[in-house]
Amino acid sequence: MFQIRIHGRGGQGVVSAAEMLSVAAFLEGKHAQAVPSFGSERMGAPVVAFCRIDDHPIRLREPVLEPDILIIQDPTLFNAIDVFNGLTHDGHLLINTGKSIEALGIENATEHLPGGHVCTVPATDIALTHVKRPVPNAVLLGALSAITGVIKIDSVIEAIETKFPGKVGQANITAAKVAYEMAQSSHPKEATHA
Amino acid sequence: MLKQIEGSHGIAEAVAMCRPEVICAYPITPQTHIVEDLGAMVKSGNLSKCEFINVESEFAALSVAIGSSAAGARSYTATASQGLLYMAEAVYNASGLGLPIVMTVGNRAIGAPINIWNDQSDSMSMRDAGWIQLFAETNQEALDLHIQAFRIAETLSIPVMVCVDGFILTHAFERMDIPEQAQVDQFLPPFEPRQVLDPDEPISLGAMVGPEAFTEVRYLAHHKQMQALELIPEIADDFKHIFGRDSGGLISSYRTEDAETIIVTLGSVIGTIADVIDSMRDAGHKIGAVTLRCYRPFPTAALREALKDCQRVVVFEKCLAVGMGGIVASNVRMSTRGFTTPVYTVIGGLGGRPITCQSLKQLFEKAVQDALDETTFLDIKCDIVERELAREKDHSRPGAAAENILRDAGVVDAAKTA
Repeated sequence: MFQIRIHGRGGQGVVSAAEMLSVAAFLEGKHAQAVPSFGSERMGAPVVAFCRIDDHPIRLREPVLEPDILIIQDPTLFNAIDVFNGLTHDGHLLINTGKSIEALGIENATEHLPGGHVCTVPATDIALTHVKRPVPNAVLLGALSAITGVIKIDSVIEAIETKFPGKVGQANITAAKVAYEMAQSSHPKEATHA
Repeated sequence: MLKQIEGSHGIAEAVAMCRPEVICAYPITPQTHIVEDLGAMVKSGNLSKCEFINVESEFAALSVAIGSSAAGARSYTATASQGLLYMAEAVYNASGLGLPIVMTVGNRAIGAPINIWNDQSDSMSMRDAGWIQLFAETNQEALDLHIQAFRIAETLSIPVMVCVDGFILTHAFERMDIPEQAQVDQFLPPFEPRQVLDPDEPISLGAMVGPEAFTEVRYLAHHKQMQALELIPEIADDFKHIFGRDSGGLISSYRTEDAETIIVTLGSVIGTIADVIDSMRDAGHKIGAVTLRCYRPFPTAALREALKDCQRVVVFEKCLAVGMGGIVASNVRMSTRGFTTPVYTVIGGLGGRPITCQSLKQLFEKAVQDALDETTFLDIKCDIVERELAREKDHSRPGAAAENILRDAGVVDAAKTA
C-alpha cells in the first residue's frame, strides 16, 4: 500500500488533489481511498487530506499516519504545524516552492530522506501562469507522477479532466505537464510499488 | 458500473435509482452532499417525477416527508447530528404513523461542546424511536442498504434509517459499483401505500389514542419490528440474487470460526478492526469480529448464536450513555444472558478521534488476556482529565470544563484566553 498525505490551506484544493489522485489510481485499475481530514473548512486554515493506493481493496480507515509521500502545498505551514510527523525513512517530500530547502529552514527535517527524495516545484507560480489562479493542487500531481512510479502522468491528466471538464481542466493539465517535465529533469524517476 | 466517487454521491445515485417522488431536506450544516447531489439531479431532469423541497429546518424536512408519504409518495430525506435531534418529534411521528420513509443519517457527534465530527451518538439517540436502523460498513454497503431500505420500509410500512459514518464514509472517495436501473427496478417494485390521504376519498390519520388502546398500538409496532428480523435477511438474500453482492442482513462475521475473542461493533470501524484481526491472527490469537448491520430491531438471537462459543466479547462503540456506559454493550448483553462470557465495553472514536490500528492492537492484546477494565475509553488523555478534576476540587468556580480542557490540550493558547 502506498500512502500520501497532502498539507495545504483552505482554498488551495487540498481535498480535490487527494480526490484526483484516487481517481487517477482507479483509472489504472488500482484500489484507492481519498479522505479529507475533517475540519471546519475555511479559506486559509490548515487543511490535510489523505490518499491510499493499493492493488487490493483498502479496509483501513485511520488517518495516514506514516506517509510514503508528503505533499506540501503551502510552505508557510512549516512554521505552523509539524507536517513531517510520521514521514517514512525512505519517503518522498514534494513542496510547492521556488525556494531552496536551506532557505525554507527545513534541512534538519529532511536530512534523513534518501537523495533525490526531496523535490521542490514552484506550483503556485506555474498555476498563475497557466490557470491564472493560485491553485497548486493539480500542478503538484504532475510533479508527483514524475518523482515516483505510483501514478502515470496520463492518468493524472485524465483525472484532472474528469474533475474539471473544459477550459479550466485543460489549463490545469498544461500546468501539470510543465511541473511533470520540471520534476522529471531534476528528479529522475525510480520504481515505486503501490 | 465501477466508479471512483464520494460516498455521498454514490448514495445519492442509489437513492435516485429507487425512484423517490419527494425528497425534502434542510440543506445547511449538519448535512452531507447527498441531498445536494439529489437536488442537482432533480433540477437537471436526470431524476424525473420527483419533487425536491427545500425546507426551513430539519423539523420541517421530516414533517414534509411525513405528509408526502401519507399522500402515497415514496419519500426520502437525510440529516445528521443536531439536525436529527431537531426533527426528533417528527422521527417518532413517522414511525408511530407507520410511514415508510427512508432517511440517511451521516453519523456525527452531538453537542455541546460543539463538534462536527463522526461518532454514532446521533442515531443512537433515536434508537428507540420505532425506526429500523441499518448501519453501513463501507460506502458500497451504504449504497446497497439504501436500495434495500425502501423495500424493507414499504413491505412493513415502517420508516428506515440508514446510518453511515459521517466524513469517514460520506466524504471518502473510493470505488463503488453503481447498479443498473433495471436491476433496481427488478428488486424494488413501485410503492403501494397501505394508507393514503386522498381528497377524493377522505380519511383521517394520526388519531388521538387514549389509555384504552395505546398499549396495543405500541405492541403492534414492536411486533412489526420483530417481523423485520425475518424480513431483513430475506431481502438481503434477494438483493444478493439480483446484484451479486453480500450486503445487509442482520449481522456479518469476520474470522469468527474458532474465535476465543470476538469484537462486536457497527459501522465503518470494522475495516480497521479487520486489518488488526488479521495481524493478530498471524501472531496466533484466535480473534474475530461480528458487525451489527441492523441495530433496530436488535438481532438478539442471531448475535447469541454468533457469540455462543467464544470466551470473551469486546463491544467497540462510538457512543456513550452518560451515567451508564456502553449503549451497544448493554444491548449485546441481552444476547449473552445465561452465558458466563465476560462482555467488555470500549468507547472509542468520540467526536471524530481517530481510531488507529496501533491503539486497537494494544486494546485487543489486553483483551485476549482478560486484562481489560469493564469499560475502557480508548486513547483517553488521563492527565488532562486529572487536571480538570483537580481544578473542580480546588476551586469553587473552576470555569467551563470544555474550555479548560482545550487549554490543557494546547488547542487554545492559555496566555491569550487566561
